Amino acid sequence: MPTSSPAPERSIPAPVVTPETRRFWEAANEERLLLPRCRACGKVHYYPRARCPFCFGPADEWIEARGEGEIYSYSIMRRADPPYVIAYVSLPEGVRMLTNIIGADFDELAIGQKVRLVFVASESGQKVPMFTPIAP
Amino acid sequence: MSIKGKAYIVGAYEHPTRYAPDKSVAQLHAEVALGALEDAGLGKEDIDGYFCAGDAPGMGPLSMVDYLGLRVRHVDSTDTGGSSYLVHVAHAAEAIALGKCRIALITLAGRPRSEGMATGTAPRSGNPNLPELGFEYPYAPTVVNTYAMCAMRHMYQYGTTSEQLAWIKVAASHHAQHNPHALLREVVSVEDVLASPMIADPLHRLDCCVITDGGGAVIVAHPDVAKSLRRPLVRLLGAGEAPKGQLGGEVDLTYSGAAWSGPRAFEEAGVKPADIDYASIYDSFTITVLMQIEDLGFCEKGQGGRFVADGNLIAGVGKLPFNTDGGGLCNNHPANRGGMTKIIEAVRQLRGEAHPAVQVKDCALAVVQGTGGSLGLRHGSATLILERV
Repeated sequence: MPTSSPAPERSIPAPVVTPETRRFWEAANEERLLLPRCRACGKVHYYPRARCPFCFGPADEWIEARGEGEIYSYSIMRRADPPYVIAYVSLPEGVRMLTNIIGADFDELAIGQKVRLVFVASESGQKVPMFTPIAP
Repeated sequence: MSIKGKAYIVGAYEHPTRYAPDKSVAQLHAEVALGALEDAGLGKEDIDGYFCAGDAPGMGPLSMVDYLGLRVRHVDSTDTGGSSYLVHVAHAAEAIALGKCRIALITLAGRPRSEGMATGTAPRSGNPNLPELGFEYPYAPTVVNTYAMCAMRHMYQYGTTSEQLAWIKVAASHHAQHNPHALLREVVSVEDVLASPMIADPLHRLDCCVITDGGGAVIVAHPDVAKSLRRPLVRLLGAGEAPKGQLGGEVDLTYSGAAWSGPRAFEEAGVKPADIDYASIYDSFTITVLMQIEDLGFCEKGQGGRFVADGNLIAGVGKLPFNTDGGGLCNNHPANRGGMTKIIEAVRQLRGEAHPAVQVKDCALAVVQGTGGSLGLRHGSATLILERV
């Protein structure tokens, strides 16, 4: 396989949507990444919960992420067919989220690389946030 | 109050099988229980406490207590993955210290090899009520690719190399060559590890532990019981347990829960890493070992690569003999849970019953360190300090 073109992407299993997380997933279908913020302590956390994991306050405010990030770590799952990239991306909003990097040349991936938010339809049609390298 | 000196490990048994298509999981639990009882010189009727984890089928301990035919007054089915059995030893000591139990049986068994389980490479879906599920499963995290992210970050942040990680497998293989039951008995070189297929960058196949059937059991008992038996005495001095997850989004992949469970165990025991003669360190992957060695305080954070290189973990060669049975990396990782075999080899070393080629001379103090789950997602850590009396 030529290393200059990205690998074919895999089919994404649909995420479980719960009453607690519905707002997040509705926004994802609008291609917006919402992050929960605590009304008591003001901290943003991830993954979204109804109660703040820092202070147990009500985490019912949401902020929209700017959509930029940086790779904190990643790994290329070579064993899978097609291979895919799992990663943690650091967001300027203060959290690191588990995700996939898509549309990337495996050989050019690096920790610290700047990436931008994209949305990919899962098997149910529900869109899921992922990231792709920002072209230099 | 502490559990220091309040309980002894009086029985330890590792099932010799590594592939058991002809036995049931429950049967393997019974066989390891029998083996540990025979090792201790006790009978089944002496057991008054029972411990098991998620490998034991049923609702907590209920099916196994029924199947094994035990009458117990204390049960505990704490499940922290592969580290569960270390937690069980500590919890058994606590129960014994309080008079809730006198002789505790802990069993582990499973058959991932016979059942064709894609242990490290298949994403696991799990209970739909898991709060993290929707935010993880779509991205296909697996055991191997999540540990791999820890290794990638460690390399980036501290300059750790694949060669240094490979030394951990090399050391385990030097030990496994003497173990007739080990799955992989061939001594490997750093080059062999690096030449093995890449599973998830930067982990090669030989950076990963084996998938085996089998199991093991230990028996923890009151000091009076221990002193009435005919086996060399192994006493618990200290214990610590600590779950670690994603910290609300402030994910840090460079350290494990051992950074929390380790110091607590050493403090309770009143000893330091420099006092340790032998270490059993959970070895699901090479990176797992490296991170725990740092977190326990055998070297500074970030210096683990240098510490494990050049044979420093090899008995008779290096400063910290580790996993002298060959570990999960080469010997056995039954039911995908390596904590029990870590305890068992430490007991062998302290009794002077390890293979002569790997027996640490005058082995008096051991640390057993286990993790369970994934260091790249959420895991439990447990640390035990054991001494020969």
